[in-house]
Amino acid sequence: MIELIIPTIISCLIAFFVVYLTTPPLIKILVKKNYTVKDMNKKENVMVARPGGISIILGIVASEIVLYGFFQLNEILAVIITTTAAFLIGYVDDRKVMGGWFKPVALAVAALPIIFLGAYDSDLAFPLFGDVQIPLLYLGLIIFMIPITGNTINSIDVLNGVASGFMVIASFTLSICLFILQNYEIAIVSLPLGFVSLAFYKYHKIPSKIFPGDSGALTFGAMYGVIAIIGGVEIIAAIALLPAVINSFLFLSSVKRVVEHRQIKGKPVEHTDDFKLKSTNDKTAPVTLVRLILAACPLTEKQVGFTIFKLTFFSGILAIITAFMMGISL
Amino acid sequence: MKSGLYGFLFAMWVLILLGGGIMVVLLGPFSIQQFGDFHWAIASGIKVIVALVLVVIWILILSKLKNYIFKKELNF
Repeated sequence: MIELIIPTIISCLIAFFVVYLTTPPLIKILVKKNYTVKDMNKKENVMVARPGGISIILGIVASEIVLYGFFQLNEILAVIITTTAAFLIGYVDDRKVMGGWFKPVALAVAALPIIFLGAYDSDLAFPLFGDVQIPLLYLGLIIFMIPITGNTINSIDVLNGVASGFMVIASFTLSICLFILQNYEIAIVSLPLGFVSLAFYKYHKIPSKIFPGDSGALTFGAMYGVIAIIGGVEIIAAIALLPAVINSFLFLSSVKRVVEHRQIKGKPVEHTDDFKLKSTNDKTAPVTLVRLILAACPLTEKQVGFTIFKLTFFSGILAIITAFMMGISL
Repeated sequence: MKSGLYGFLFAMWVLILLGGGIMVVLLGPFSIQQFGDFHWAIASGIKVIVALVLVVIWILILSKLKNYIFKKELNF
């Protein structure tokens, strides 16, 4: 146990400080190259640098390489390869508008290294009821899991600071659950995701200085999905992610097809005169988590963000309860 | 509204736990022996189909639940 402490501290420090120190120069470079987008929720014409995925992937890769130096686990290689592939897929989408099916299909391919490296256990663990062996089905689950987690995080990246703040809560929850389940090595492998998200949140929180872009959101989501698989905590990971899952579920059940957000014509949310957010009555617009939160009354961007964080805390508590329930068998 | 969202989150959690239980009870002990070397692949294929049916049922229940909890809010 003691021998795990030093790699943990080193990797967490590297994860945090690589992102913390590389993001400001990245913002300068992106602004200089005019890689900026308008912040749609600001009254003034505010342009924000994008994509921040570059500093996020640097933090993750640097910290995981250090961990690989200590542990030489195939699971760490799977994290590095799949997460880097997800970043590249997101980066292509940041630079060039791709079709609705591009990201899910490409992310499914990005999941293949997990299978080839054998970094998974085909038993699916459920709380109270135990494990179920599903060797063939589990391969399908791996292929589906990375596109789902990637696009789920991407779909919640709608307001300043939400995607990174959401990841801080969800990923630390997942790490706590892995410690509860005494899966210490994978818990340590998962910690850099929380520290990278925390460092990025400093620049992403309202008012954002940088947006993660698809490259950042897919990097977050893909790494989260890989940790769920290699840690054997798929169900717990899904529970910690529930607010984002609800967002995707509401979106898909109202639109009834896989489609890029930018292809949607109807506007789910608009601004009041004092630039608060309010839900529209547009029947062609998709139902989203933000739209539901705003259904009662208009709120500021900050208030909506904090409501999402409170929901994420709640699902995090449910995930931790679930982790404790894993040890109980009916 | 916010209590509705927390309620929906809690309902999803309960549905995940129940769905997991059904998966373990139905799929866990399931095996086929009479197809020689292919029993593993056939059993896995049947498990895939049962799991997909369970997922579809799970989504349908969730959809009904969503309409029930958010019937006022979804009246856009």
